[in-house]
Amino acid sequence: MSHLLPWLTALLCFTMVVAALVAIRGKSTPIAILAAGLVSLVASVLFLILASPDVAMTEAAIGSGLTTFLFFFVLGRVRRGDHG
Amino acid sequence: MVKRLIALALLAVFGAVFATLLLGYTPDSELNLTARYYAERTAAELGAANIVTAIVVTYRGLDTLGEVTVLFLAAAIVGLVLANSRPGQARERAPVGELLTTGTRFLVPMILLLGVYVFVNGHLTPGGGFQGGAIIASAVLLMLLANPLRHFSHNLIAAIESLAGLFYVTLGLAGLFLAGGFLDNRILPLGNLGELISAGAIPVIYSLIGLKVGAEFSSMLASLAETEEL
Repeated sequence: MSHLLPWLTALLCFTMVVAALVAIRGKSTPIAILAAGLVSLVASVLFLILASPDVAMTEAAIGSGLTTFLFFFVLGRVRRGDHG
Repeated sequence: MVKRLIALALLAVFGAVFATLLLGYTPDSELNLTARYYAERTAAELGAANIVTAIVVTYRGLDTLGEVTVLFLAAAIVGLVLANSRPGQARERAPVGELLTTGTRFLVPMILLLGVYVFVNGHLTPGGGFQGGAIIASAVLLMLLANPLRHFSHNLIAAIESLAGLFYVTLGLAGLFLAGGFLDNRILPLGNLGELISAGAIPVIYSLIGLKVGAEFSSMLASLAETEEL
């Protein structure tokens, strides 16, 4: 397991960069929000690998959970505003 | 063109800085002075199994009080700004869908329970007041997503928030008189390391922080949900 860890970390970092690019460059807003949430989720896994579970939990709860939900909430609101 | 070149040069500089940092990194073979102090003394002095929690709640308790104050100010300002905007009038909304409604009914109790578990066990397992509070707030947000017209009592949220803050500071002051200093956890018996009722006042303080953080996030979300026009 321990010799696989650097490769797993590299893979996670790569995923993070790709997800961040999708979040910035993507055309669809919901997918951009999900990609931004994925960045946080991967970051929290990385924190876990770096042996800091407390930070990982904060990142998962706030960065990946609450913020993603909040973006969707605001997105729904903005769309409703467009129609009426 | 020039702008792009400047951006690329800036990126290259950042890359060089981080690369030197990464290449020059050697893991410490032993804990440094501060880390060793906490690692050796926490269990004996404070009786907390989670050293991070012991640092956050007791050794650096004043910083945590400051963080909670910052969050309180943010929630208060959001409430203040949104209170001046027009309240939403009832208009027909798109139905949110069967999946979300049913899923919410199923998930909300479990999310709330997980939040409470996280902050009650803050001194034993990873996590604590801030994480637990955020988890509780995400349950509130899920309820709002499923039913945007749902009304949360602001008086109840404000009461929970203020009482938690009041008891938090009172416990801190009690530490000043009964134990070693402000926010000292040894005003209650330390108990056995690793049990739920142990580590003195840490579980009580972290539960109060969890309630306070959860109430602050929830009040922000409820204010956002209730305001129609900004």
